[in-house]
Amino acid sequence: MSSTGSESREGRGEGVSSDGRALSSGGWSPSEREIRRRSFRRRAALRYGLIAAGSSALVLGTLLIVLVTSPGFTTLSDTFFNWVYGAQVLPKVLLGFMTNVTLTVIAASCVAIFGLAIALLRTSRSPALTPFRFLATIYVDLFRGIPMILVILLVGFGIPALRIPGLTNNVLILGTLAVIITYTAYVAEVLRSGILTVHPSQRAGARSLGLSHFQSLRHVVLPQALKRVTPPLLNDLIALIKDTGLVSILGVTDAVRAAQIASSRSFNYTPYVVAAIVFLLVTIPLTRFTDRAIRRSIERQNAQGLA
Amino acid sequence: MSNKSALKVDSLRKSFGSELVLDSVSFDVAEGSATVLIGASGSGKSTLLRCINLLEQIDDGAIFLDEEEITNPEIDIDQTRRKIAMVFQAFNLFPHKTVRENITLAPVIVHRLSRDEANERADELLKRFGLYEKAEQYPDRLSGGQQQRVAIIRALAVNPRVLLLDEVTSALDPVLVNEVLMTVKELKEDQNSAMTMVIATHEMGFAQQVGDQVCFLEGGAVVEIGASAQVLQDPQDKRTKDFLRKVHEAGRL
Repeated sequence: MSSTGSESREGRGEGVSSDGRALSSGGWSPSEREIRRRSFRRRAALRYGLIAAGSSALVLGTLLIVLVTSPGFTTLSDTFFNWVYGAQVLPKVLLGFMTNVTLTVIAASCVAIFGLAIALLRTSRSPALTPFRFLATIYVDLFRGIPMILVILLVGFGIPALRIPGLTNNVLILGTLAVIITYTAYVAEVLRSGILTVHPSQRAGARSLGLSHFQSLRHVVLPQALKRVTPPLLNDLIALIKDTGLVSILGVTDAVRAAQIASSRSFNYTPYVVAAIVFLLVTIPLTRFTDRAIRRSIERQNAQGLA
Repeated sequence: MSNKSALKVDSLRKSFGSELVLDSVSFDVAEGSATVLIGASGSGKSTLLRCINLLEQIDDGAIFLDEEEITNPEIDIDQTRRKIAMVFQAFNLFPHKTVRENITLAPVIVHRLSRDEANERADELLKRFGLYEKAEQYPDRLSGGQQQRVAIIRALAVNPRVLLLDEVTSALDPVLVNEVLMTVKELKEDQNSAMTMVIATHEMGFAQQVGDQVCFLEGGAVVEIGASAQVLQDPQDKRTKDFLRKVHEAGRL
């Protein structure tokens, strides 16, 4: 167990002192070995970047060439990418998109509340809640299993047909209601699975401190559960933004419907592309923002270091 | 115990941001010997082990395994890690796999052993450490001491050149501590091939029994290093004396 002479110490003004911290933390400069190591890492990073750039250029370039040289390209760019026409229909599509946004905000708020309530109900163990637990299970089974378009039709045309006085016939409200009913079932299951992944020891830790069942849920279990299911919840939110358009079958004009109306007049499909871009302009930033928020919160909690 | 160096740490430096965690740490671990790292919490013991297992990127210095520099970025990290095994304070067993599956995972997937061979070897180890009847159980159903022994077996199953033990008894009660320490001791006393080990621990009695060499760290620097009896019973540096006195007062010696 002898300590042999070290080559890594060369090129470095000081040796190891018994009080190494004070000595070398101030006047430390990297050894030659470390400098070699860093230059290798730099070269490796550069090589990585070059390969990535090269392979991207090759793949995207090939795709572009195939697209542009295809026989129908001019016709295609006229019927799908007529930007002058696109600019003309943009206001109408945006106006329709406001419907999607409004419906999404209202529906998402309601879904969050009802979904959480059902998730909590289904994970509770209280004997008094047994019938509600049972009903919640049936509700989830039912509305996850029926295509949403059917739910919209059933609610949108079924409820007015009941002719119950005082009940609305407004298709916008009824359509939103149908969307809420369906999405609550999905979100409740996502939240429930999140709650179930929190290790029982966490609940035990909270209960042992004297927190009640609901206090443990509120302060210990749910915060961890929500963090884990944020990506799938975001999935559902994006799907919701798009699915709000389905209420157009009841006669509401959303972005897709507005585009459809415009293109059926002009026999040009550019409005559809415009609508697609409008949706992407909302969903992509939303995804990036959430990804970053999740990554930050994970980094804050976890110890440093890679593995 | 031969005098051939199995692991050599040379002027290791590691900082997290502006905080210097390891400062010019150097020591040699001879083949088949055990080096025990002692020091207060936060002295850099765990970080040192994580550096050796290449879980942290070091800032300077070098680590050699069998004379080969493993901190060289040109070599394959996964290849190196196959030769170094680590046991963690919190066991880090996979809760969704049985004891036997935990042990055979790396041998089958990484070392390409056949399922039968891996099972045979796992059972052999489980028998040797008295855990054979737990082979089909899931980790959460075992006691802490049993879980940690499974973690040690899991590390041994890949036939590592060096075994790193990071405060393996810190999460256990005193009764269970002993069974884990006995397991480690047995590795040391294996006549055919004593395991080369680097052990971070707070158990001074254990350090003396198992350690060939003891290294006292403070503030990320090696304050004193030498034969275990010398460092633990006749420390030269004042800081080592202070530390051991405090440990003694806490009733851990």
